[in-house]
Amino acid sequence: MALELHPLEQFKVEPLIPLHIGGLDVSYTNASLFMTIAVVLITALLVLGTKRGALVPGRWQSVAEMSYEFVADMVDTNAGHGAEPYFPFVFTLFMFVLFSNFLGLIPYSFTVTSQIIVTFALAAAVFIGVTIIGFIKHGAHFLRLFVPEGVPMVLLLLLVPIEILSYFIRPFTLSIRLFANMLAGHTMLAIFGGFAASVGLLAILPVALDVAILALEVLVAALQAYVFAILTCLYLRDALHLH
Amino acid sequence: MDLASAKMIGAGLACIALVGAGVGIGNVFSSLISAVARNPAAQAQVQPFAFLGFALAEATGLFGLAIAFLILFVF
Repeated sequence: MALELHPLEQFKVEPLIPLHIGGLDVSYTNASLFMTIAVVLITALLVLGTKRGALVPGRWQSVAEMSYEFVADMVDTNAGHGAEPYFPFVFTLFMFVLFSNFLGLIPYSFTVTSQIIVTFALAAAVFIGVTIIGFIKHGAHFLRLFVPEGVPMVLLLLLVPIEILSYFIRPFTLSIRLFANMLAGHTMLAIFGGFAASVGLLAILPVALDVAILALEVLVAALQAYVFAILTCLYLRDALHLH
Repeated sequence: MDLASAKMIGAGLACIALVGAGVGIGNVFSSLISAVARNPAAQAQVQPFAFLGFALAEATGLFGLAIAFLILFVF
């Protein structure tokens, strides 16, 4: 008796409104829907939350202000001074990843950040942006990033290729970290849910495990958004200050 | 050996990478606990690094898990 498990069905992207422009499939999919929901929720929180602009903030205004301060503090501490113009970008990244991760925890929803193409697009934007910022600010001197100070020439021959490799692997680790965390979490939930469906009275055990894993997934959702944002700040600091 | 069996074995082997994740995460939080025990006032400064370290250590293990899923369900 084989266990009919399809834990990866939840990641299927389905077109909701089929659209074809030229030869390209630009359908409005369930992924697009949840991205739209995330953006609408973020905008609602920030715009409606701070509309009254009270000096002593109410609940929603507090939440909006706290999220702003959290990211502003993170950019200030980790990206150094000179990174203030990039705060809106980091804030957008953080809020989008956070809301997408949390929306995915709702049963029967779709986790946008569990698609490698979405996380890779975000990570590629960060990597290309940070590299361009580095070249604009320092010119060709930016390549000094790969040559640590005070290292003897012999070691440099080994060290510089390693530094270059670890620089170029950044977009991949950044995207795969978020993608793998979301994929693993949701797949585990689906697998244990499948066990519960097929075991009868003992189903209490997989369900209890699922509850614990869901709690872990809430932590992971927030943590992965934080890690994505803070690594963006650190890469920005590398590009702006070259060490 | 047929493909389905090879996939199972491959996925099982790929999951050995999670040992590294376990050791790494244990290390990070053990250092956090030691640091806060020595100097409780430093907790607010040290804790963000602990969470960053935890996420990076877990990510490395999850790269292995992602390969396991890739082997099982994509190939």
